Amino acid sequence: MTEKYIARSWAVAARMLGGEMMIMSADSTLFTLNRQATIIWNAADGVTPLREIVEREICGVFEVDPAVAYQDAEDLVRDLAGHGILILSGQPAVGRETAP
Amino acid sequence: MTGCLTTCIEIGGMPILVRTESRAFFRLIGERYRGFANATARPVFEFDVEIVPPGRITDEEDLSVRFDSGRWIIERGDFHAEWEPAAGRGWIRQSANPYAIDAAFRILHSLLLARESGLLIHAASAVRNGRAFLFSGVSGAGKTTISRLAPQSVTLLTDEISYVRRDGDAYRAFGTPFAGELARAGENISAPVAALYFLAHGPENRIETIAPAEAGRTLLRNILFFAEDADLVKLVFHAACDVVSKVPVYRLTFVPDARVWDSIV
Repeated sequence: MTEKYIARSWAVAARMLGGEMMIMSADSTLFTLNRQATIIWNAADGVTPLREIVEREICGVFEVDPAVAYQDAEDLVRDLAGHGILILSGQPAVGRETAP
Repeated sequence: MTGCLTTCIEIGGMPILVRTESRAFFRLIGERYRGFANATARPVFEFDVEIVPPGRITDEEDLSVRFDSGRWIIERGDFHAEWEPAAGRGWIRQSANPYAIDAAFRILHSLLLARESGLLIHAASAVRNGRAFLFSGVSGAGKTTISRLAPQSVTLLTDEISYVRRDGDAYRAFGTPFAGELARAGENISAPVAALYFLAHGPENRIETIAPAEAGRTLLRNILFFAEDADLVKLVFHAACDVVSKVPVYRLTFVPDARVWDSIV
């Protein structure tokens, strides 16, 4: 199975406020992430496979079926990538387009 | 420009030199910004005003603020302005009405403030006992109403657009000439921000704390910022988050009578 890699985009601003992750996209749209989405966002370093993030950060913390958790994570990152918040790739990130 | 008349208008501690050849327009802005003229201030920016006959200046229906080739281009049907940040100067072409330059000033200040962790907020603001209180909300939320109800001991900074700048680890609100329905410029003073209230009408006066994320979302909806610039949008976002992290934020539901000010201390 092809691995997926996710990285935070440089083009957005993100801030944790009162326990909620708020993200403003480049077109000034504001997003608030729920707890699991925040975990995935924080782990989106561009080099850790999404599958590993879900296994370690989601399945290791929440009582969820791994297949369901991975499907939910895939849907989430596809949605966030569609808004330019995350960069979704089949390769580990090497460029400057991802945030630290 | 030859035969120019100049005045320095200082809003929020940011002096802008305005130059025009039109005596009539010079008198008009002299009246409008009377409390904000400061002849001794060193301007951070110089602005030439070219007065043209009334009529459409540009084809832009809506306000457009964009950065192109090192300059900001600001357009609306009734004015065209350009500003070169690196050179610290710009110009505006408009008819001899105060609304065009007022809009240009608001936009200029929003751009200048973005790099200084400051914000222009849709909010009335006032000083009581040396502390500033902000009352934010969309049109009709009660900004002008609460301004009208303020007791004599309260000094009004604005009933429409609040000017907030970072001051060390806190925030300071400044008076502005940007008036709303009250049609009266604020006092040219400043004070540390003690609280930010989001206004709502209701059957009784009530103050409720707002959680930081909700406060941030609400504040972001009430910020004046027009530029399509990703870097500046990020700065504005972080400034808004900072404000709600450092300033107590409440929802103020109020009945439109003077008793509401009993709670503002």
